Amino acid sequence: MFWRKIFRDPQLAKKIVEKIYEIAPKKDHVKICHICGTHEWTISHYGIRNLLPKNVEVIAGPGCPVCIVPAAEVDEAVELALRGVSITCFGDVIRVPGSKMSLLDAKAKGADVRVVYSVMDAVKMARKEPHKEFVFFAIGFETTAPSTATEILKRPPKNLSFLISHRLIPPAMELMLGIGDLQIDAFIAPGHVSTIIGLEPYEIFPRAYRMPTVIAGFEPLDVLIAIYMILKQINKGISILENEYRRAVTWEGNLKAKEQINKAFKVVGGFWRGLGRIPNSALSLRKEFLEYDAHEKFNIRILKGRDIPPGCQCHLVIIGKIKPVECPLFMKACTPQKPVGSCMVGIEGTCRIWASTIKSDTYQHKFKSIN
Amino acid sequence: MCLAVPAKILEINGDLAKADFGGLIKEINVTLVDAKIGDYVLVHAGYAIQVIDEKEAKETLMLWREILGLGAESNESEKL
Repeated sequence: MFWRKIFRDPQLAKKIVEKIYEIAPKKDHVKICHICGTHEWTISHYGIRNLLPKNVEVIAGPGCPVCIVPAAEVDEAVELALRGVSITCFGDVIRVPGSKMSLLDAKAKGADVRVVYSVMDAVKMARKEPHKEFVFFAIGFETTAPSTATEILKRPPKNLSFLISHRLIPPAMELMLGIGDLQIDAFIAPGHVSTIIGLEPYEIFPRAYRMPTVIAGFEPLDVLIAIYMILKQINKGISILENEYRRAVTWEGNLKAKEQINKAFKVVGGFWRGLGRIPNSALSLRKEFLEYDAHEKFNIRILKGRDIPPGCQCHLVIIGKIKPVECPLFMKACTPQKPVGSCMVGIEGTCRIWASTIKSDTYQHKFKSIN
Repeated sequence: MCLAVPAKILEINGDLAKADFGGLIKEINVTLVDAKIGDYVLVHAGYAIQVIDEKEAKETLMLWREILGLGAESNESEKL
């Protein structure tokens, strides 16, 4: 994709950074919250935080779908795996800690747990092995839900059912604003979720909460421009919804995808690891598809689990209250090879990203400083 | 998980398409988008979730210059 070079042009980046310094408030602290693991990756990988004025802070909100899967829902998948059901899931999900074990631990005990690239692979497996029961552990935000919906609407083989753990982003953003001591000043909204839902669901943030909100793409310059756009709004004393990611995000979003979601699912309240229950933030199968609901099929429903192991600070990292380096377990007891908390598991987890992008001397230094 | 990767559509067969991920050719599902051969799409977990608007992509630089108040540079888009 030939035009992508321009989105990483260091000269232009320099110009944008100069402009950011020109308009950034001189004293007031500005806290910008993004809600996407891929944004965190771009910000950390390209060292964007180091380019910003000291009083402009960018924090990571609950934008990693793997991190926020509640332990109880992992426990359901583990329980089914141990009962002999073949569990299919995305790569990162296999390592997410449950209350007692992860799906990977269950696999080590002999359970049949298979990593798939797409829900389509789970359908193919179920078709190929009709005498085996398969469950697809469907996690992910609005970006992922349409693919699950599409396969369910096509009525897959009866030996495939689903544990639906999909979650919706805007209600979590609203919850973040209710956490008083976070004092967020603006949002960078997640670009790929927005390709599906469009702009309209974010209107509430500038209108009701006076929160500058900019939808951004994932190249480093996309993020820098989005920060500039937010600072410009703050500078002018306005709060509006703006779209920086016009090449992929339209006002209405992806109508086909939204229709698939609405046909297969209804919106319900749902638990988020580290955040608790958020109203209207989860998807559940509509009654005409209940035969595909693994809860019904296998009579399993675990309501409580141990989300946060002792010492783990994932509940604070998930909302951006602390940085990964402020967790006493970070890169000590909790590493990408042996994660304790869910934030260290997935490639979009804040701790996992920091573990691979922050120099070890930096976090050791910071860790010492908070002790 | 919300990672989406751009790919170019090479061939379409009903719901499925062959797409070029910078040299790697993979089968993807295109049910959710109205894509045609030659389009760039964003692919997430095997599904194209949106067609990238090539015109908007090319105009992004102009949009940025406008946002930054740098004024238009006529030959800048040719660099793209």
